[in-house]
Amino acid sequence: MQSFTYERAASAEQAAAAVAARPDAKFISGGTNLLDLMKLEIERPAHLVDISRLPLDRIEETADGGLRVGAQVRNSDLAADPRVRSRYPMLTQALLAGASGQIRNKASTSGNLLQRTRCPYFYDRNMPCNKREPGSGCAALQGFNRMHAVLGASEACIAVHPSDMAVAMSGLDARIETILPGGDTRAIPIGDFHRLPDAMPHVETVLGHGEMIAAVILPPPPPGRQVYRKVRDRASYAFALVSVAAIVEKSGDRIRSARIAMGGVAAKPWRATEAERTLAGAAASDGAFTDAAEAALAGAVGHGGNDFKIPLAKRTMRHTLAAAVESA
Amino acid sequence: MTETKTSENRPSETRSGVIGRPIDRIDGPLKVTGGAIYAYENALDGTAYGYILGAAVAKGRIAEIDTAEAERAPAVLLVMTHRNAPAQPDFGPAVTPTVPEVFIRARPALNSERVRYYDEPVALVVAETFEAARAAAGLIKVRYDEEPGLYDLPGHMADAYVPKRTNAGFETDSVIGDFEGAFAAAPVKIDATYRTPFEHHNPMEPHATLAAWSGDELTIHTSAQTLANFRAGVASTLRIPPERVRIVSPFIGGGFGSKLIAHADTILAALAAQVLQRPVKIALTRQQMFANAGHRAEMIQQVRLGADTDGRLTGIAHDVWSATSSFEEYCEQTAVFARSLYAAPNRVTRHRLVPLDINRGEWMRSPGEAPGMLAFECAMDELAERLGLDPIELRIRNEPAQDPERGVPFSTRNLVACLEEGARRFGWERRNPTPGRVREGRKLIGYGMAAAIRPNYIGAATARVAIDRDARVTARLDMTDIGTGSYTILTQIAAESLGLPISSIKVELGDSRFPRTAGSGGSWGAASAGSALHNACNALKELILEAAQASEASPLRGANATEASFADSEVKVGQRSASLADLIRRIAPAGFEAEGSVAAGATTQSYKDYSQHSYGAHFAEVAVDCDTGEIRMRRMLAVIGAGRILNAKTARSQIIGGMTWGIGAALMEQTVLDPRYGHFVNHDLAEYHVPINGDVPEMDVVFLEEHDDKANPLGAKGLGELGVCGAGAAIANAIYNATGVRVREFPITLDKVLPALPVIAI
Repeated sequence: MQSFTYERAASAEQAAAAVAARPDAKFISGGTNLLDLMKLEIERPAHLVDISRLPLDRIEETADGGLRVGAQVRNSDLAADPRVRSRYPMLTQALLAGASGQIRNKASTSGNLLQRTRCPYFYDRNMPCNKREPGSGCAALQGFNRMHAVLGASEACIAVHPSDMAVAMSGLDARIETILPGGDTRAIPIGDFHRLPDAMPHVETVLGHGEMIAAVILPPPPPGRQVYRKVRDRASYAFALVSVAAIVEKSGDRIRSARIAMGGVAAKPWRATEAERTLAGAAASDGAFTDAAEAALAGAVGHGGNDFKIPLAKRTMRHTLAAAVESA
Repeated sequence: MTETKTSENRPSETRSGVIGRPIDRIDGPLKVTGGAIYAYENALDGTAYGYILGAAVAKGRIAEIDTAEAERAPAVLLVMTHRNAPAQPDFGPAVTPTVPEVFIRARPALNSERVRYYDEPVALVVAETFEAARAAAGLIKVRYDEEPGLYDLPGHMADAYVPKRTNAGFETDSVIGDFEGAFAAAPVKIDATYRTPFEHHNPMEPHATLAAWSGDELTIHTSAQTLANFRAGVASTLRIPPERVRIVSPFIGGGFGSKLIAHADTILAALAAQVLQRPVKIALTRQQMFANAGHRAEMIQQVRLGADTDGRLTGIAHDVWSATSSFEEYCEQTAVFARSLYAAPNRVTRHRLVPLDINRGEWMRSPGEAPGMLAFECAMDELAERLGLDPIELRIRNEPAQDPERGVPFSTRNLVACLEEGARRFGWERRNPTPGRVREGRKLIGYGMAAAIRPNYIGAATARVAIDRDARVTARLDMTDIGTGSYTILTQIAAESLGLPISSIKVELGDSRFPRTAGSGGSWGAASAGSALHNACNALKELILEAAQASEASPLRGANATEASFADSEVKVGQRSASLADLIRRIAPAGFEAEGSVAAGATTQSYKDYSQHSYGAHFAEVAVDCDTGEIRMRRMLAVIGAGRILNAKTARSQIIGGMTWGIGAALMEQTVLDPRYGHFVNHDLAEYHVPINGDVPEMDVVFLEEHDDKANPLGAKGLGELGVCGAGAAIANAIYNATGVRVREFPITLDKVLPALPVIAI
């Protein structure tokens, strides 16, 4: 770990300005990811601005019946909030499927969105990695890529985003509210927040330097039953091989609307819009779920070690849609 | 997490009942309150902190190493490389002349510009703080002349060679009868090839050392299973007499065989402390442990079984190809258990090695049986199905009357009783022999079983025991407690032998100044150290009785000692008795001290005359998600026949720990060696999966009443590793029973099962 200086921000505006003032500065909150990366010198900030104590730790009702989740709300608190549990059960399920109890107690909402990939080649400084060292190559492409992306990847990078929470938020059409260094704010739809790797996998979000997440806005809960299903190699404390967040609204025997997001398959929470279109108006049947799953993975490409993710994602989606419909 | 019907876990009863009783760990309160000091927690004035920089390539030589910037970094005291490290002996040949030398050979570090494996130490930075040392290590620039290496076992099978011996000194091959002929003629046969991956021990406590010199005396606080090995290994590396090295290791946060020899943390801490004339502390990071602290090697195993139509084995062949290191051989005794497990007139076991440019494999919990039984006990399951025979019945039909290869009787062998008792308790009759037929909701349910066998080793050991005027007893030996319960069972042994309460006994371990034992390894700790202590207590009692008869001050003067007993804090001779404390105060106010020993098992007549093993039967129930292929345990049972049980609680903990290792081996543990770079890719605990609480189901452990009077004076046999042996195979067989999918490449992750799972209508 390289030496760094540290300050505790007094306000959101001051925090954004403090980071903006130095190109080598970073925000820190729970530190559950950043500190690990600093120990391995994958992240080498010279200055840290601690935002964990800013008064952004409240969950508030919005005028339209949604919730505004402060950026510093801890993952545990967000998962346990009675309003989240009753209105956004899929979000609670996703949060509790992630990490461990200790990590969830420390990890913040905004930090969860900004956590970096767990690609083992990214984590090893001796290995080529375009995300860690642009232009050095991608060791995962021809290497051990069991955990890697099957959608939206590029020749430069096949890493996945590890978050569960973000997948549920994607299905819920969350918006991310940020504070810019000058004090202005903007709201970014979660689908636009993370970037696909293309030629620049080291640029992972649309945030500018010094731009700080203030809150995540959850729109009023959409009609339909919510289910989050995470498939992993052990019962807990493992990243998703694939996950599916599904909300299915039924009308009689037919599906009126569906929202589906997938995790573990791409560098961002993957909204399965093709599958959603397939389902809209279809009979709630095994055939429709299967068609939707086929549509969702139509463009999927495996890289050897992760080929199994394509059938796995299809099977998981089919069953998750059925589970969402069961008592919709 | 785990529930046991304790009423069903009665150990063999003993006279006083202290041995066998499930008493809590003596060291438990210290551990849960932070009072147990582990190696890296030791504090000495002036301690400096080291950080090791590992090689970025797996094979080649250091062409250039620039340490100037690191040396200028804040708080840095020393940057050590092969250019300035104190002289050490060369590493020496890949195979030592004898087995014991493996443990005590010099293991030089920073001794050469050669890089033999990825992450091999190339520099050590010592600084005033750990962070300063680590930061400075990042400033060292190394240029390597990289050479192509071999990193792919299946790709280099043609390079396989025949080692001269396996680990623990077994014959490389065994051949009895004509296997090929018998196999060709067998009406029913199985020829199956299994793969087991690289695995890593990952004890919770990393390898860590605090080294301090006082004049020419070196004290090493470290995390060691076998102090005598560490002492000798450090002495030969530093070229000093072993008497000048003291190893201190009273508490160990797990070892699993990865702490039988000194590693780079110990050698480099000793060297740096010598150079700096200050105490130096070094720990391997979790990531560094993967390359620098041993592993279980990847293996390919072919198992061929021939049987007649009644299910009697006519031929057994177990062939093993294992990865090894190009510079130091390690041949796990993977097929050796098969020499003793089942009867068959024609048999072959063989071990072959494929050298790769990786670090040496080391002893990992149940070396031999852990990977070997994973393959062999699955093959038995495959044969049972082909025969249309229940897998338990198949094993019973091949129960040997004596050791099938050595031709000597078994000391005790309760395998059949374990199988039958396990079947009854587990509800084995509910198993549907046709796979893939039992479904609950969207889960496919399966039952599996496997046998367990593990040799009983005894290592040479001596214990010293002293009793003072208040009849307080102190036992000292250089034995270790790696979490197994050594402190507790040794306390029980002394208490029972001397007829004193537990509270009167103090057991001191983990200091090389104490009498030498074989330490903890190979499941020999309890029986070896325990027998030595038992004998020491007997010697102590003789001293006390002799003095009691002879001393004028004795209330027992002149009594007949042949009828003497020590119980309830009293000495009783014939009809006369006296309080032990009162007696000692009168006859020997300074107390008594005695020593006792046991010889290494392999040297004893009993070991030559009897085949000595512990046995068990493992049962597992799994649920496989028919949509995703996820495999989760539902329950496990082990029935164990391992001689006298010294403490029903710590013994049970050993077995359930082993069963948990079985879950890891069957379902998730695998270190991936990248054939392009020669490095272990998933070298941390996020990517190297071990079972977490949620993966561990209800477990039941049953010990059969047994006393092995051939094994040692206690009648106990090793059991620490028995819980692993066969546990993974029982799970693999349950997965087959649940799904009809036979996966022969471990671990059985969902991707290997999923393609064969039918899509079931919703």
